[in-house]
Amino acid sequence: MTILSVRRVSKRFGGLQAVSDLSFDVARGSIKALIGPNGAGKTTLFNLISGFLPPDSGEIYFGGAPVHDLPSHQIASRGMVRTFQHIRLFPKMTVLENIMVGRHVHSRAGFLAGMLNLPFTWREERRIREKGQEIMELLGIAEHAHTEAASLAYGQQRVVEIGRALACEPRLLLLDEPAAGLNMRETIGMGGLIGKIRDMGITVLLVEHDMSLVMGISDEIVVLSFGQKIAEDRPLAIQKNREVIRVYLGDDA
Amino acid sequence: MARRYSMVAAFAGLVVAIQVATYLAGAPYHLTQLTMTAYYSLLIVGLCMLIGYAGQISLGHAGFFAIGGYVSAFLTTHDLAAHKGLRLVALLQKAGMLLERSDLYGGSHLVVHPWLACAAAVLLAVVIAYVVGGPVLKLRGHYLAMATLGFGIIIYRVALGTELLGAADGISEVPGFPLPFGLIISGNASVRVSNYYLAWGLVILGMVLLLNLIQSRVGRALSAVHGAEDAAGAIGIPTARYKLNTFVLSAAFASVAGVFLTHYNGGIGPSEASVMKSVRYVAIVAIGGMANLWGALLMSLVLNYLSLRGYFGTFDDAVFGVILILIMLFAPDGLLRRHILADLKRLASGGASDEEAA
Repeated sequence: MTILSVRRVSKRFGGLQAVSDLSFDVARGSIKALIGPNGAGKTTLFNLISGFLPPDSGEIYFGGAPVHDLPSHQIASRGMVRTFQHIRLFPKMTVLENIMVGRHVHSRAGFLAGMLNLPFTWREERRIREKGQEIMELLGIAEHAHTEAASLAYGQQRVVEIGRALACEPRLLLLDEPAAGLNMRETIGMGGLIGKIRDMGITVLLVEHDMSLVMGISDEIVVLSFGQKIAEDRPLAIQKNREVIRVYLGDDA
Repeated sequence: MARRYSMVAAFAGLVVAIQVATYLAGAPYHLTQLTMTAYYSLLIVGLCMLIGYAGQISLGHAGFFAIGGYVSAFLTTHDLAAHKGLRLVALLQKAGMLLERSDLYGGSHLVVHPWLACAAAVLLAVVIAYVVGGPVLKLRGHYLAMATLGFGIIIYRVALGTELLGAADGISEVPGFPLPFGLIISGNASVRVSNYYLAWGLVILGMVLLLNLIQSRVGRALSAVHGAEDAAGAIGIPTARYKLNTFVLSAAFASVAGVFLTHYNGGIGPSEASVMKSVRYVAIVAIGGMANLWGALLMSLVLNYLSLRGYFGTFDDAVFGVILILIMLFAPDGLLRRHILADLKRLASGGASDEEAA
């Protein structure tokens, strides 16, 4: 069962063909990784899939419906939520508030209801808070609930960002370099967390440089080079793929 | 939540205390400027919501104030007797939405009822805010400031150049605004005290609405948009719509303020639409601490009162310009949040700002 389908997608920036005629599928319930050398187009591809950039050509289907024409917030409300390579928390809000914002698409109090403080919003707020609490406990960050997000250690900020995404109850979670800037112990913890997320029934697509992490958790890997797909296979097969080895280690290897 | 409303109660106490003080001091005429201050404050807390919470600047809010004031002034003074044949006029008259007024010379005028005029004024301001805000809020930072400044200048020039709106003289002879229970919004000295409480009651109502909003799902979403717009979009917040709605909300506050102050003053002139007014409003929001409704309200109370009493003399506009510059340089978080002494020490010890060091 395919949850995400990328069909012949291309994106050009001026003279640079960032993504070129790229196609791949992500199976529901799997963990799929995108790897490739710097500048291979991984983050551009993420921006195309999540609606941050429009593709020049090609189509993207999420849950069978086309999403390549939708703005990012509509894609998110359909259940595809992303994180960022450079952590984008809301710096002046607490950890709990950051995660509570993630409940946005699952709540409905608008401007008028908010201003009038209507009774249904009290119940809704309570549910949002409880869900936020639940997610913090799941991720082991409940003790920091009332800490300003910007004052947390880097590794913990990453976890909060993932918690915020989980609060959206996504069907597909896009993680852009979740282990970037983490030490070895934190990276192992991140691997465990991503596995746990998959076990919750959430499909994961990630971009990652840390090979030990990618090889350890991925069901399938797509390898990009200069905007093109050069391989798509299981981790063990990717490790033996001559083209992949050439791209990563150079021609002489 | 308890704290939210205890501040409101404390502020209501302050409003009462000021009135009692003017009574005891035998100087009730101060209430006139304090009432005008209240209406300006209504605009300022709305603008504070836009600048401080949604993170969007507007240098054109005097324009929305003027739209409210001018539309209401025009409709409640313009004689429709000559247009009695029009179906719309006949319909309004049948619905009791037109009033007979006699002018100074005993002539009779047929004008729009202030309630309908007010509704039309606020509706027009809201529609214009939607139309202008849609494209303009796609801009950021300096560009947004320039675009809203342009909007403000257009409204000012239209007010100044339109004969029907009294050109440079503006519109005078605007009637009072009748309310239930025999109350009336009017500058007449006999209703000075009740008008003082009506005006500040309106401000307190506005504050309660905005404080509720800040603590709601929408308030959280606005902080998110302000904090990291792309991340807000990535979790499903329609950032453009939220910014636009806040812009329209603040325009509605400004236009309501414009309507009531115009009926209170009995008139409005083009200076209310001027860019210097818009700059003044931004300066007050800034000195109040940007994302600080109470700070903006208290600063508005003090500065508008001083200005209206003439304490700044001919330097009136210059004072607010200087305030804006000083706040941006030395206390971007506002006056009420900073330790003034620490600032002075920092200045004395060499002046390198800690923002640069950080």
